[in-house]
Amino acid sequence: MVSSRAIGYLLVLSLSCTMLAGCDMVLLRPSGYVAAQQGHLVVLSTLLMLLIVVPVIALTLVFAWHYRESNAAARYTPEWDHSIQLELLIWSAPLLIIIGLGALTWIGTHTLDPYRSLTRIDAKRPVPDDVEPLNIEVVALDWKWLFIYPDQNIAVMNELAAPVDAPIHFKITASSVMNSFFVPALAGQIYAMPGMATSLNAVINRPGEYEGFSANYSGAGFSAMRFKFLGMSPADFDGWVQKAKAGAELSRGSYMQLEQPSEREPVRRYGGVAPDLFDAIVNRCVDQGKMCLREMMAMDEHRPSGGRPARESIALNLGLDAAVCKADNSAAGDLLPSVYRD
Amino acid sequence: MSEQPDLAKLVFGRLTWEAIPLHDPILLTTFVAVAIGGVAIVAAITYFRAWGPLWRDWITSIDHKKIGVMYVILGLVMLLRGFSDAVMMRAQQVVAFGDAMGYLPPHHYDQIFTAHGVIMIFFVAMPLVTGLMNFAVPLQIGARDVAFPFLNNFSFWMTACGAGLVMMSLFVGEFARTGWLAYPPLSGIISSPDVGVDYYIWSLQVAGVGTMLSGVNLIATIVKMRAPGMSMMKMPIFTWTALCTNVLIVAAFPVLTAVLALLSLDRYVGTNFFTNDLGGNPMMYVNLIWIWGHPEVYILILPAFGIFSEVVSTFSGKRLFGYASMVYATVVITILSYLVWLHHFFTMGSGASVNAFFGITTMIISIPTGAKMFNWLFTMYRGRIRFETPMLWTLSFMVTFVVGGMTGVLLAVPPADFVLHNSLFLVAHFHNVIIGGVLFGLMAGITYWFPKAFGYKLDPFWGKCSFWFWTIGFYFAFMPLYVLGLMGVTRRLSHFDDASLQIWFQFAAFGAFLILLGILSFIVQLVVSFRRRASLADTTGDPWNGRTLEWSTSSPPPVYNFAFTPIVHDSDAWYDMKKRGHVRPVAGFVPIHMPKNTAAGFVLAVLSTICAFGMIWHMWPVAAAGFVTLIVAAILHTFNYDREFYIPAEAVLRAEDARTRLLASHV
Repeated sequence: MVSSRAIGYLLVLSLSCTMLAGCDMVLLRPSGYVAAQQGHLVVLSTLLMLLIVVPVIALTLVFAWHYRESNAAARYTPEWDHSIQLELLIWSAPLLIIIGLGALTWIGTHTLDPYRSLTRIDAKRPVPDDVEPLNIEVVALDWKWLFIYPDQNIAVMNELAAPVDAPIHFKITASSVMNSFFVPALAGQIYAMPGMATSLNAVINRPGEYEGFSANYSGAGFSAMRFKFLGMSPADFDGWVQKAKAGAELSRGSYMQLEQPSEREPVRRYGGVAPDLFDAIVNRCVDQGKMCLREMMAMDEHRPSGGRPARESIALNLGLDAAVCKADNSAAGDLLPSVYRD
Repeated sequence: MSEQPDLAKLVFGRLTWEAIPLHDPILLTTFVAVAIGGVAIVAAITYFRAWGPLWRDWITSIDHKKIGVMYVILGLVMLLRGFSDAVMMRAQQVVAFGDAMGYLPPHHYDQIFTAHGVIMIFFVAMPLVTGLMNFAVPLQIGARDVAFPFLNNFSFWMTACGAGLVMMSLFVGEFARTGWLAYPPLSGIISSPDVGVDYYIWSLQVAGVGTMLSGVNLIATIVKMRAPGMSMMKMPIFTWTALCTNVLIVAAFPVLTAVLALLSLDRYVGTNFFTNDLGGNPMMYVNLIWIWGHPEVYILILPAFGIFSEVVSTFSGKRLFGYASMVYATVVITILSYLVWLHHFFTMGSGASVNAFFGITTMIISIPTGAKMFNWLFTMYRGRIRFETPMLWTLSFMVTFVVGGMTGVLLAVPPADFVLHNSLFLVAHFHNVIIGGVLFGLMAGITYWFPKAFGYKLDPFWGKCSFWFWTIGFYFAFMPLYVLGLMGVTRRLSHFDDASLQIWFQFAAFGAFLILLGILSFIVQLVVSFRRRASLADTTGDPWNGRTLEWSTSSPPPVYNFAFTPIVHDSDAWYDMKKRGHVRPVAGFVPIHMPKNTAAGFVLAVLSTICAFGMIWHMWPVAAAGFVTLIVAAILHTFNYDREFYIPAEAVLRAEDARTRLLASHV
């Protein structure tokens, strides 16, 4: 019985090996330094754990076979159920592995914290002192991706590009539901969540065309919520930026149209972006009739702990019904400057 | 004339003929099949005049053994539904490449993966685990029933009605399209305005009441009703794991109830707990649901660990190695399971120290789990191992589970999780531990206790067929998903652009086919065993040369379990009794005080379901009427003082004499 099981495993193993040779495990052979370190950690942790997993599997099979009922030669001690030495061993062996892995985890989690600015471009080269990261603002929409380049004043939908060996700083949010921004070849994922902004620092080391997608289910159009990430030489990247420059401006109005659910949208390029658009998306006030989360929170913070004046509670309903407040904006005006920017 | 639609809207709320999926051939066929099957079952029950016995002996029964059996039947029936969902997903993913969109549009596919997760966890694994605990725990501790027998019946029917609501969503309306944990804002009223999420909420709320009360019940039973001499450190390991699991249930399920209640408030009355606007925060939901969700994992696996401990010890003919360290390991896992929930969302942007803390607490759980694994190993060491079907499941578990445990610890390393989170690697991991751990344990437990419940063993040939198909099928179905995960393929996709992935999904689909054969073999096993029940009969009550008290009574046990409450001197109480030449008492019986059957649990559960159905469809008068009658019925039940009776001594004597004759005829 055990031998036929062993044959089964061998079969699966050998099949897997032939298969694995032919497939592209992007997580283990990525093209960005951050993803490379993460992939390295996957392998290292697995090897560390195999130190205990392999003996356990082997012992299970050996004990099961050797102490089978029909093997009269095997020793049988029905009352033996305790041994201090063995107990020490069986608690300390996993403990030692976990101490090692725990140390690895503590260090790895801090060095690979997605919020931490990069200090190295790759294993050999530190980031030069005078290099500022390329800022990209990522917005997950239903069901497409908007990438805003604030410094270049362009935006591109469903296509992302960056020059090789340049640190990139992503700020990430979403318009309606949770998504996860993931380019496996570049770096691990971070959630894109409405009303919140997350960060990711990464660098791409090899030019190429890579897959990017949402890694968190977000509704009907989720399967097609993909984009290409292009790693380019600096010259090519400039060309790519210029191509976008030719597009129309992404105004608040056109963003609100973009926000409407749609699937499998083609790449679209915008030659300009409304000021503070990303900030307004995070604060959920692209529609200028709506109060920004920031102000709402500031008001909540400054509110005396007792009951709140009636007019303020009307103001809080702004998000639902802006018309209510527009009728009389003088009283709340002091508190809410940005709501009435226009 | 204009009054007419308003009245219909008042009574039927959102429910219209549109809700019946006549336009969907898949659902229509399923519905016809289910209808024919249902009519056949009703006809058979009528033909065999079984309605009376069904009502008296099962539906209103408060006997923990029968309730346990009903839980297991519920779990197995729902397994067929959950597995059908799995097959449909595998079939979609094996064809939907490039231009081929597959046969399931996202609207349908997204319901299927949501239903698959919800059903497998809440209505397959939970009922099976609760069923085995219900059946075995009172017998293992020498008790005659659970502490609150009526509550036990009520709990079962609440769970069954929750399952009923999920099944109803198949043919009336639709189910959630949110994933099994229904994260807002996707599950909020703006993104999911239809009834799917409401079905999800109310089926879990109804079933959750049952789970919670059954947890209270089993804790009280284990703490208060152990046979004399059975101190805590002499309890069988399965009872220990059941105690820890129920502590987890009682501490975790209220969180689920609360978080679903908050989500309901967001959906029904427009509060903003988890909305995007007006101060709501969806991450609060994610925290709360995992504060329930992670202990839930251990709620499922701990009893499976208990079963493996019983099985290894019995079939190695040897005392369990390291009983005390097994108990401490279980307790440590119980406590630690509350300190790890954040590892489900490392990728939501917590700081490095927070992530590292939760990663390391997660890894620490593998220490007691590893110790358990070694304890089982050293129980086999110098044993006399019989490869009966339960032992085969256990061995396969030991090999399979360490792999799943390893990938789990890998996922607990935050930087690794950043690339593996939500990938098919994760899907492979949790199926690896839930199938390789929980399900294999449940199969071992069902095979192990089946003769105790029904008086005959399960046929070993078909049991082994089932075992091999399940084991090999599992590897074929899920090892490719590990590979796909490393290739950067994420979960819940209904379509792929990259055709080179297809081969792996073909392997996985073949694995699902093997698992199908495993399930069919199990069904054949039940039928064959029933037909061969005379030759498979267990006359001794101790078919496996068992070690704990459930094997000291007859198979199936009499309604009172034990004519005399046993006195315990050892953790392997029955082994100890056999060793010391225990003589079964054959005279001197006294009347036995027992609880009486009641229909109250069934009635209350049905009323809850009506109330929930009204809430789902916004049929406010129906919901209100259901709620009011529910409260009234519950109050009325408290005035029922006729709740117990005595089994006369002569009846006990007759039952025990019959067993004496049976034992004598087979010596």
